[in-house]
Amino acid sequence: MNPRRKKRLLAVVAIIFGVGATIGLVLYALQENINLFYTPSELVEGKGPNKEKPHIGQKLRIGGMVVPGSVVRDESSLKVSFKLIDKGPMVTINYQGILPDLFREGQGIVAQGVLVKANEIDAFEVLAKHDEEYMPAEVAEAVKGIKHEKPTYNLDNGN
Amino acid sequence: MIPELGYFSLTLAMVLSVLLCIFPLWGAHTGNLRLMRAAPSLAIGQFVFVLLSFAALVYASLTDDFTVSYVAYHSSSTLPWYYKITSTWGGHEGAILLWLVMQAGWTAVVAMRSQSLPWVLRARVLGVLGFLGVGFMLYTLLMSSPFERLLPYFPVEGRDLNPLLQDPGMIIHPPLLYMGYVGLSVSFSFAIAALLTGKLDNTWAKWSRPWTMTAWGFLTLGITIGSWWAYSELGWGGWWFWDPVENASLMPWLVATALLHSLSTTEKRGVFKSWTVLLAIAAFSLSLLGTFIVRSGIIVSVHAFASDPNRGMFILAFLAIVVGGGLSLYALRVSQVKSEGRYKFASREVALWLNNIFLVVATLIVLLGTLLPMIHKELGLGSISIGEPFFNKMFAILLVPFAILMGMGPLLRWKQNKWSMLQNKFALSAVVSLVATAAWLYSSYDVIAPITFIATALAVWIVVTTVVDLAAKVTIHKTLGEGFKRLGLSYWAMVLGHVGLAFVIAGVTLTSAYSVERDVSMKPGDTVALNEYQYRFDGVKPIRGANYSGHAGVVTVLKNDKQVTVLHAEKRRYDIGMQFMTEAAVDAGFTRDLYLALGEQLSQGAWSLRIYHKPYVRWMWLGGILISLAGFLVLGDKRYRQKSTKQEASA
Repeated sequence: MNPRRKKRLLAVVAIIFGVGATIGLVLYALQENINLFYTPSELVEGKGPNKEKPHIGQKLRIGGMVVPGSVVRDESSLKVSFKLIDKGPMVTINYQGILPDLFREGQGIVAQGVLVKANEIDAFEVLAKHDEEYMPAEVAEAVKGIKHEKPTYNLDNGN
Repeated sequence: MIPELGYFSLTLAMVLSVLLCIFPLWGAHTGNLRLMRAAPSLAIGQFVFVLLSFAALVYASLTDDFTVSYVAYHSSSTLPWYYKITSTWGGHEGAILLWLVMQAGWTAVVAMRSQSLPWVLRARVLGVLGFLGVGFMLYTLLMSSPFERLLPYFPVEGRDLNPLLQDPGMIIHPPLLYMGYVGLSVSFSFAIAALLTGKLDNTWAKWSRPWTMTAWGFLTLGITIGSWWAYSELGWGGWWFWDPVENASLMPWLVATALLHSLSTTEKRGVFKSWTVLLAIAAFSLSLLGTFIVRSGIIVSVHAFASDPNRGMFILAFLAIVVGGGLSLYALRVSQVKSEGRYKFASREVALWLNNIFLVVATLIVLLGTLLPMIHKELGLGSISIGEPFFNKMFAILLVPFAILMGMGPLLRWKQNKWSMLQNKFALSAVVSLVATAAWLYSSYDVIAPITFIATALAVWIVVTTVVDLAAKVTIHKTLGEGFKRLGLSYWAMVLGHVGLAFVIAGVTLTSAYSVERDVSMKPGDTVALNEYQYRFDGVKPIRGANYSGHAGVVTVLKNDKQVTVLHAEKRRYDIGMQFMTEAAVDAGFTRDLYLALGEQLSQGAWSLRIYHKPYVRWMWLGGILISLAGFLVLGDKRYRQKSTKQEASA
């Protein structure tokens, strides 16, 4: 092999190696970070034609309506738990921290977290809709036909 | 009356842009100089009428004309006047009109500042810009007119501007970003014109470069301001969410960054010609793709406005024409292009080539992460999301070789280098960077993760090598003053851009590694300590603004029992939409931000509060501003201001 060809061969091998490594790395990182979206009934009854249920410890996203009256706050910390519903069963969400501005009972929200029991999720992120017009499309689809409730936040009893 | 005039004015602009598309391109094709000469005045006329149209919308908004549907939905009579103006781009229709103003504005500026170009090229550039103008105006007139009326039943009060958008950052963020997006259409037009002409020599690169740099500068500034807005307005201290809309702006930025490095190589060395053209096409296509993603409603985010599938289809079709047309022309003409320069492996050419590879790989990763969930959903496989860790991990991995190369690049010469002459400089820079980083981090922090050290060291490495190169280049002249003078603005632009990125890297790394966050429940009088600061909650007081009311949590920040500042973290409720907004209180500093957000009211007079200590977070935006300055600096370069007398048509 003459030196020029050898050089080219080396370059080609390096490129193939580089491309392969990149693709492998990307796929590996992707696999770890794809979070499936469930509605509460899909979570409990299974999703899709095969009724696939998530396993305990799986990271997932869930979207539904906050069941009115289900929000329970811890007195001494910022722990809060509430139930989500779409059409069928309810799922409990536990969260620690400050809920978003537009979090209300009876509103659609999306939570991201880890499944700890068949119908319980420890959320690390809770997202609410951004304004009156906007609702996560996934939630809108899941809760078609359910009536929204007006906010009942009292501004006058501060201090 | 005024809104109808606005619509009419836009129709006239559309007619002019159709002419702007046809006359010069036909003239250039047939060698008709008179047709080509019509281009500049058509371009300016188009701009004037688009501007009038925009003025009509601003007028309608300022005068609270709620018979105009757009104003009724995006403004209200209680809105302060400056937000009334910004509300004209707070919604979909108005934002597209602003886009048109930018598009027509760039076209007019190109028309006025391109006298030095041969007529054939000038006419073709303006013709392609005219074509793009036709596309966007057709879209506005047919599908998204902001001038539609709500007659005869119109509301007496508007629906108000989304409170999230009532922020100074939001006043300037969209115009800057659009300046960048649309500015890339100029690079695109230059590339297409050069392909049509068949002359892809380095003069083409020389002409395209200042335009690309300016557009890129605006894009950088737009993204930076957007990040700062998200930080100050969304209330949870984040500055980048890998949200599809953010990704949509990052992709053109990455490709445009590759483009301007590639352009400089093409200009100076006559290599990478066809690649440069491809990048110019890709950069603008990605800004169109971004528009498609945002406007079509296939994604949901803060930025997604009321969406309409027809609109998405129109933009998708337009995107197909632009990308398809551009690439076909490229395929037809690219075989004529030949590289002139020769170079060895250890050369600046190869360094820049690698820079391009890394930037394109980064773009592909963002593209994959953005489009995959959409494709997945459209295929009926269910909805998925791709988490931030994916992007963070990929960018962290790419950063290492990219930053090492970035430090070495400026020290390399064109064509070839002797390794023995460079290794001392590199070794010295590496040692200095490692020592400086160790001294910096170990004096400030107890725990240092390897990744934090590496990333910080890379930022320092970029600065050190830049200084080493600068010192070497300045000292070869007799006096320092002369040395500085001789360097030229393009060189300074590079220094600014690279140092700016080093600031961004350091800021992102340190704030990610050492931010401390606490969500606490506090009663008046309670004190919480976070790092070296104590936060004393002094209770809440009611507040009242022009169009909102709410509470401000008053927190006194102390350090060693001395008062540092008093922060007012607000929780607002906007009168019209009844939306709640957290208005975070920030005590900004060069090396740290203290960030406070008021949460909800708990029982027994307690409130939840979120307290952050964010070290070096400002460096990120400071870096962004430095980088964008690099883009504007090139405008002052004499090389791009030379006026040639060549005004002959040579078709």
